[in-house]
Amino acid sequence: MFIEVTRSLLVGFGGTLSLFLLTLLFALPLGLLICFGSMSRLNIIKTPIRLFIWFIRGTPLMLQLLVVYYGPGILLGNNIWGSRDTGRFLAALVAFAINYSCYFSEIFRGGIQSIPAGQYEAGQVLGMTKGQIFRRIILLQVIKRIVPPISNEIITLVKDTSLARVIAVYEIIWHGQAFIKSAGIIWPLFYTAVFYLLFSGLLTILFGRIEKKLGYFR
Amino acid sequence: MTILDVKNLKKGFGGTSVLKDISFSMDEGQVVSIIGSSGSGKTTLLRCLNFLEMPDSGVIRVKDETLFDSSVPETFGEESIRRKRLHFGMVFQSFNLFPQYTALENVCLAPTLRASETGETPDQIRDRGRELLRQMGLSDREGNYPHQLSGGQQQRVAIARALALHPDILCFDEPTSALDPELTGEVLRVIRSLAEKRTTMIIVTHEMAFARDVADTVIFMDHGVIEEQGPAAQVIGNPQMERTKQFLSSYTK
Repeated sequence: MFIEVTRSLLVGFGGTLSLFLLTLLFALPLGLLICFGSMSRLNIIKTPIRLFIWFIRGTPLMLQLLVVYYGPGILLGNNIWGSRDTGRFLAALVAFAINYSCYFSEIFRGGIQSIPAGQYEAGQVLGMTKGQIFRRIILLQVIKRIVPPISNEIITLVKDTSLARVIAVYEIIWHGQAFIKSAGIIWPLFYTAVFYLLFSGLLTILFGRIEKKLGYFR
Repeated sequence: MTILDVKNLKKGFGGTSVLKDISFSMDEGQVVSIIGSSGSGKTTLLRCLNFLEMPDSGVIRVKDETLFDSSVPETFGEESIRRKRLHFGMVFQSFNLFPQYTALENVCLAPTLRASETGETPDQIRDRGRELLRQMGLSDREGNYPHQLSGGQQQRVAIARALALHPDILCFDEPTSALDPELTGEVLRVIRSLAEKRTTMIIVTHEMAFARDVADTVIFMDHGVIEEQGPAAQVIGNPQMERTKQFLSSYTK
């Protein structure tokens, strides 16, 4: 039984993992884009972006999942996601990517704005272009500063993927819970914690390494 | 030969005018020291020369080139300003070294980025960087990161970094104000040796004795105007204006 459960949970964890990785893949660059928008000097860009961030951060992710999945069907009269598993997975991915990109964008903004003006000015008086200043001077300093908050957010994401269950995305909790109905046992559900713990432990080690690697300067 | 000519420079922030009609000029190889109390506009003047602030009006000419003329809008463009900045080197009060680069990398970064325009090879840039650090007495520190250096060493790296682009005029914005007296000495020695090599410099400083020794001309600024200017020994040793006397007497107390 234990082996059967482990095998099933591993399949579920595959779903968790792919949702996690794909969310990161889209949310990190999207977050940077939103971050630049939220720092724009043009109010016509900045204001809607800030409002959007407020909206996304101010409502529960679970609600956003439901809106993204059911919203188009209610508004347009046809469900653009289809009724198959991949459609639900895609809807979940869209909701997660949007949600996390907003959180990431605020972390990026904080990181960029924490770099002293003197760093930009030193680059300017040395005749560097804006792009050179950002890539050669600012970027690495920003990365160093945002590793701790970003790793925090990423570890939260690992566990938040379980929310996808509300639109029946087959991730690990869904698989664990299935044993309650099929076999009348609840321990597989609790057993899922081991998978989360191992994976977040791995991430903790990884981010620790990155922090150490960037520790050569202050 | 006149290297810098500033005419009727004005700059305000919001409603406050910080520079009210500044005019002065200096010759190549000269050292000009700007003194005055905090808020007198000294730093703003330097920042205008480096285009870290855009002057509201006036003219800035270096050699025979008009860098800025408020009546000629073509002189305001972002790209042209970037090039014009290269006439000036700038050494900041807070050093502003790039923390992720070693001392040598700090010095070589900007010349490396400009290599396509100057035609310098990486070897030439590195050799020159090493030579500059040697002049600053930092040969054994080229591989150190800024946080591994004392304030005085960091400021000397910053001076080498500014010199690496061969500026016509090197500007110092209170270069020793963030340093304790011991470290101040080593930075002032380096600036003095640059003066002996006839480096054209504008130095904003609170070190009166140093200004008198090293500067050819001293400019005393007060409330955004040049209150008095002249030979260093005269302005500091025998000031004519009442306000200058007042200011300098606060140093002898």
